[in-house]
Amino acid sequence: MRKIISVLLLSIVAVGIYLSVSHIPFGAPKTKVGGHYVEQGMEETGAANMVTSVVVIYRGFDTLGEVTVLFIAAVGLAAVLGIAGQQGFPREPASFVLRNACVVIFPLILLCGTYIFAHGHLTPGGGFQGGVVIASAFVLSYLGGRERRISKRLFGSVESLAGLVFVTTGLIGLAVGGYFLSRILPNGRPYSLLSAGIIPIIYIAIGFKVGSELAGIIDNLIEETK
Amino acid sequence: MILIVSLLVLLMLVGAVAACVFKDLLSAIIAAALVSLIAAVLFYFLQAPDVAMAEAAVGAALTTAIFVVAIRRTNRYEQ
Repeated sequence: MRKIISVLLLSIVAVGIYLSVSHIPFGAPKTKVGGHYVEQGMEETGAANMVTSVVVIYRGFDTLGEVTVLFIAAVGLAAVLGIAGQQGFPREPASFVLRNACVVIFPLILLCGTYIFAHGHLTPGGGFQGGVVIASAFVLSYLGGRERRISKRLFGSVESLAGLVFVTTGLIGLAVGGYFLSRILPNGRPYSLLSAGIIPIIYIAIGFKVGSELAGIIDNLIEETK
Repeated sequence: MILIVSLLVLLMLVGAVAACVFKDLLSAIIAAALVSLIAAVLFYFLQAPDVAMAEAAVGAALTTAIFVVAIRRTNRYEQ
């Protein structure tokens, strides 16, 4: 009986979604703002990657909100898991192959993540993607070198510093240009590394912030709280 | 092209159903990671490399790691 009711409810929801979506023309522009971003975005922001110009400049305040949500999640997890005294994993060291492979691969992954967020205004990717790649490098290091730990204090200070850089850049923009995250630096020559005004600063800050937050989450989860 | 995409979507569906059906939660996690990975490839085919990167890094790598750690702390098999 319960299954029949749930299937019935699901089909009602499916019909509702179908009816509401089927009248929207697929792919047709619904507002003019998207066209403006596509046509004027590169001239206005100097960023070759259109997605980045939207994420950091046009919707920069939303991005600050997203980073804050991630921060609150990390803090909540640390508060829930980090209360009891921590002991770490039972110390069975990783195998020779795993440990040495991690030593070789770990810096390469870090380099890849750094490349992704430092070139966020030129190539696909950005602060969030690069930060997650860096966090996955720390996952690998926890698999390979089980007895080592990165200090929580370091994660915390990197994360706070990155958040401070983001907010300070925005506030300087507010003081100089009249609104939060206004473009205070010149756009520079397009397609070069030092271009697009404040975008590289913001994206490097986001990359460090996301990377340290997610690595801290993994760190908190991996430690045993008995 | 359309053949490859439909094959990938079919594989993704199989992975999603498997993730629901498996009693061994570790296998279910791997099936869910497969779904994320194929979603990333599909995003790339749809010319959204930014989203593809985020999906591959978050869905296939980090979420899987967090789930595996969670299983380590609880039960591996569904009761």
